[in-house]
Amino acid sequence: MTETTRKTGVSRRTLLKGTAGLAGFAAGSGAITGFPYVMSAEPKVLRYLGTAVNEGDDISKQCLKDTGIKIEYITATTDDVTKRVMTQPNSFDVLDTEYFSLKKLVPSGNILALDAKKIKEFDNITPVFTKGETPGGKKIGNQGTAPWKVLYLEGKDSKTFSKSATEFVTLIPTVYNADTLGIRPDLIKRPISSWAELLNPEFKGKASILNIPSIGIMDAAMVVEATGKYKYADKGNMTKEEIDLTMKVMTEAKKAGQFRAFWKDFNESVNLMASGETVIQSMWSPAVTKVRSMGIACTFQPLKEGYRSWASGFCVSKGVSGAKLDWAYEFVNWFLSGYAGAYLNRQGYYSAVLSTAKAHMEPYEWAYWMEGKPAEKDIKAPDGSLLEKAGAVRDGGSYEDRMGGVACWNAVMDENDYMVRKWNEFIAA
Amino acid sequence: MDTSDETLQQASPGLARGSGQTRQKAARLSPSFISWLQAGPMMLVFLAFFLIPLVFVVIVSFWDYNEYQLLPAFSGRGYTDTFEGCIAQLPELCTIGKTYVKTLKLCFMVWAITLFIGFWVAYFLAFHIKSKTWQMGLSLLCTIPFWTSNVIRMIAWIPLLGRNGLVNSGLLKVGVIDQPVEWLLYSEFSVVLALVHLFTFFMVVPIFNSMVRIDKSLIEAAYDAGATGFQTLVNVIIPLAKPGIVIGSIFVITIVMGDFITIGVMGGQQIAAAGKIIETRLNALQFPAAAANAVILLAITFLIITMMSRIVDIRKEL
Repeated sequence: MTETTRKTGVSRRTLLKGTAGLAGFAAGSGAITGFPYVMSAEPKVLRYLGTAVNEGDDISKQCLKDTGIKIEYITATTDDVTKRVMTQPNSFDVLDTEYFSLKKLVPSGNILALDAKKIKEFDNITPVFTKGETPGGKKIGNQGTAPWKVLYLEGKDSKTFSKSATEFVTLIPTVYNADTLGIRPDLIKRPISSWAELLNPEFKGKASILNIPSIGIMDAAMVVEATGKYKYADKGNMTKEEIDLTMKVMTEAKKAGQFRAFWKDFNESVNLMASGETVIQSMWSPAVTKVRSMGIACTFQPLKEGYRSWASGFCVSKGVSGAKLDWAYEFVNWFLSGYAGAYLNRQGYYSAVLSTAKAHMEPYEWAYWMEGKPAEKDIKAPDGSLLEKAGAVRDGGSYEDRMGGVACWNAVMDENDYMVRKWNEFIAA
Repeated sequence: MDTSDETLQQASPGLARGSGQTRQKAARLSPSFISWLQAGPMMLVFLAFFLIPLVFVVIVSFWDYNEYQLLPAFSGRGYTDTFEGCIAQLPELCTIGKTYVKTLKLCFMVWAITLFIGFWVAYFLAFHIKSKTWQMGLSLLCTIPFWTSNVIRMIAWIPLLGRNGLVNSGLLKVGVIDQPVEWLLYSEFSVVLALVHLFTFFMVVPIFNSMVRIDKSLIEAAYDAGATGFQTLVNVIIPLAKPGIVIGSIFVITIVMGDFITIGVMGGQQIAAAGKIIETRLNALQFPAAAANAVILLAITFLIITMMSRIVDIRKEL
């Protein structure tokens, strides 16, 4: 290019080369859409940004089969998902994220609310999200960023959460669960019933919590409250004094050598527990399942103070419109239509629309996972591997008992900035 | 003028042998222009991918922020927050103070150990291995661990050092201990061990490089003059290997100062690191605070390196 320009400016040849390159670039970037393809219609592709929780290969394969929509997963940690929405809102189409991130995401204007009227199963979504109670009518704890507090926006482009139901839904719920402590019953050898046990000197050097400040501090607060040291007005939205107090209790425990390690990702938590480095720690449900599938006893222990819950759902990038938006609705509707829900339920999570998921599960599976009944047959994971032998009962029991026992939700506090600094201080102590 | 012309022709023989026109042109260019031309590509890369981003980091570190965005208004909040309590808490150290004391301590230990091991490995390769082929072969052998990723080399220690790991079960079986040793893993020990394992090679290469260039007749002269082995080492070899030592030290110190993954994984996330603070801030979308911490880390690392280059003028020695 440079040699030709030096001689004669732009030659015909370079011009051609340049245009071809540009055309190639345009085609590559997806700007040209009307070209005849192998398939006559334009391929339906959605870039799906989320954590690994919902991103099963089976789900995307089934989706392609049922709807012709090809899902391209972009997998990141919760923090990185949020960061990406903030800094590269055009790098994804569908976003799968947690409700507590909304306090950051909605004011940024980088995501679009979905229209409840276009979601077929919206009225069948579990009342956990819409009313804050279980289908059986049990009230659910509302501390923290409970989904029903941030489910609706006041208007299409509004940045204010609506207190009453509107048609503009921030996140169409997909998956949620109730988290608690995981324990090694074979090494503890006695019943555990309270969050306070995490700081019991009996487990010195064998306890762990997770090193994700916003979630870690909630677990810490459950512990502090369980020890009777303090009762929070809202664990998910502490004052500076409450943050100081919580971190002081945790710092003392850390200095006394209570914690073996903190963990940051799923696999670390599995390794700590499976290797016996820890015997009691905050944990996520599938991590417990993973430890168990290695043949090691591990219980997702229900505790009397209740669970810490989390929930995620779908929205779209602000850059999505036209046909792509239609596919996004088609995809979300498909996701709620049962296959994906059953898949998630079989992993120990919960699906947002219970009725459709039930239709896609065997009665004995439903009885084990959702009703807390002893398994009639062996319980298998979605990939076919054995999870539980016949006769086993799910830790924590039924959906009613587990979701009804939720005490607080993952949250972003008003004092988030202060909390993060205090967390760094805790790690440095 | 002549010398630079010569260098140019040596460096690019094609140019010299090319058409007469090119040659004349080259001859007309001033030597300083040619030097700029030679340094230019590197300079551009350096400018585009290092200096400009660095300037942005410094600028952003003085911005304000809220939960979800950067506010481009001047604010020292990133810095004041970072040094929060540093005066109020005296004589106790504040968070940032504690973090840097810990980071520097780890850094010093890793530096001292990698220097010791690296020096003797290089010494062995340079002076005890006579054949060039063997020297090359053994140096390449040192690189074998680099065929797998950093993370894997680090994680491989975990099953070895854990409470029920190989080392502990071995010691239990032999009867040396009757309780598993806890400090083997998730401790400063394991962090230093992993870092030394990962980075000793960065010490070996530059020191070896300096040592092989030492004129062997100098050592013979020292021997002839009646110097003992130790005297030769201290008065001849170490001074001449200094540039290698300093370059190796710069590698190790800069890497360890900024490391948070090894410290996190091997320290069980319980050990503070300067890099970890930056990561936590980034994850909380507090970019200006993260940038401020990055600037502080850079300043401190720069200070250490400046002190080291005061001791040895690398450019003169090379």
